[in-house]
Amino acid sequence: MNIAVCVKQVVDTEAVIELDGNGNVVTEGQTLIIDPYGEFAVEKAVQLKEALGGEVCCVCVGDEGATSALRHALAMGADRAILVEDDAWRDLDAAQCAAELASVLSELGVDVIMGGWTSGDTSSAQVMGRVARRMGLPLANMAVALEATDEGVCATCEVDDGVEVADYACPVVVAAQQGLAEPRYPSVRDVMQARRKPIERRAPAGGAQAATRVVARSLKPARSGGRVLEGEVAQVVPELVRLLQIEAKVI
Amino acid sequence: MAGIWVGAAVDGGSVRNVALEMTAAARVLADACGQEAVAVLWGTAAAEAARQVASYGADRVVVLELSGDESARLPELGEALAQLVAENGPRVLLLADGATSRALSPALAERAGAALVNDVVGIALDEQGATPVFTRLPYSGKVVERVQATDAAALVVATVRPKALEAGDPDPSRTAPVEVRPASPVAAARVVREVVRAASERVDLAEADVVVAGGRGMKSAEGFKVLEGLADVLGAAIGASRPAVDEGWIDAQYQVGQTGRTVAPSLYIACGISGSIQHAAGMAASKCVVAVNKDPEAEIFALADYGIVADLFEVVPLLTQELRAALASS
Repeated sequence: MNIAVCVKQVVDTEAVIELDGNGNVVTEGQTLIIDPYGEFAVEKAVQLKEALGGEVCCVCVGDEGATSALRHALAMGADRAILVEDDAWRDLDAAQCAAELASVLSELGVDVIMGGWTSGDTSSAQVMGRVARRMGLPLANMAVALEATDEGVCATCEVDDGVEVADYACPVVVAAQQGLAEPRYPSVRDVMQARRKPIERRAPAGGAQAATRVVARSLKPARSGGRVLEGEVAQVVPELVRLLQIEAKVI
Repeated sequence: MAGIWVGAAVDGGSVRNVALEMTAAARVLADACGQEAVAVLWGTAAAEAARQVASYGADRVVVLELSGDESARLPELGEALAQLVAENGPRVLLLADGATSRALSPALAERAGAALVNDVVGIALDEQGATPVFTRLPYSGKVVERVQATDAAALVVATVRPKALEAGDPDPSRTAPVEVRPASPVAAARVVREVVRAASERVDLAEADVVVAGGRGMKSAEGFKVLEGLADVLGAAIGASRPAVDEGWIDAQYQVGQTGRTVAPSLYIACGISGSIQHAAGMAASKCVVAVNKDPEAEIFALADYGIVADLFEVVPLLTQELRAALASS
């Protein structure tokens, strides 16, 4: 089974975010990591490859620095990677990013295309769905389980009130949700070997128009910590109930 | 391009609160732009819900009749929405943020050449009063972003976070004409084997007005049971932090946080939760937060309006008892 996985490099989700004068998120000095949702997809893809054979190719729209996210995926067991290299990639919106990915993916002719259903930074939650539509493929969105079947794949996906188990013919796009697979920690040996795996660089295809424009960005003011009620449990609990009723008026 | 549209599922003749919140927002936008507000409904007894959305501001209602087949329903809905968009050219289409909208809206937007703005918490018109601007909270809720379509004439599909917008009061005298539209058959790209519905008697986490949540401090699946009495008294939904889910003490559907659900209740009671940035991403929009934790240094206290530094297994039973008494006497 040949699988392509879309990965993105993001600012560490634990990081304290700062904005520059233009309202852009400062990435200099930040820890940049492989996006956690894409990482779930890489892990599942590698597990399927290990069980069934085939190849895992990662595709990323990013700058030279994004190769560290790709190297991480290669160390996890992916075989090769393609970087659509664009220094201004952070200015691309989700529609443009999907167009770039689809243009590379349509050449690869893989059985399964994977990626995260959203990302830990911009959370636009639409790139894989747009890729599927552009390529005329079915989408298994927010997948929490995936296995190969004789004709294609069987995916368990979140629906509004639970999960749905469904069969899909290949090729298919699978967008990973947390729970799809627990990402492995690559060993030092894996990291060393990943250095010898190929990363092909390509120029962006361009041409797609941005659908959205950010007009303003600001930092969300931190919640100012409230009051810690001091005293014995037997006193503070009735006091809390009183405050919730009279001061906060929430019950 | 005309019309501010809302799409919503109906269950047993009524819509979720988020559909009323979206309809009220559509009404405000429609009035400001001099356009009509249209509600598209689908589900069981959808025609009955038409009166409900009309009272919150819909000028007309389209009821989609989808087939009962699990494999066909989602693609039929996607196709029907795409056709309605193509025929009517709305400026805005609002859908409740959730698994259905997340699955359908990217394809819908791609097909219509539309902008898609996900998990919206605010909608306003720009300073010229002409273009809708959508507020969202990316970077785990650390950043406030205002987004609009690049092409002012293009459709914007927005998925709206439940409880983020105000529904206001209904006007029961308002009525709206209802058009029933059978869905066209669509070749199903997937065959559904089964749907496992989350069996919960409690209110939906995203819509709950009160959420009682537990974390690593709950110690075990057994420990979580202490929260049930408290949730019962408050009519609350139960939530959990990721460590509690990872430990297997509670199902992943209850997880609140960056990789789980986002909630914005009036009252959020966090028990034995440390308050990591990932958890904060899912609950920071709560109006009032109570934290109970043994560790006085726990980060959750920085997010809380009221904190109690004590063993939750002492606090929660007493709190349950006190609340029961207080609510009975009020």
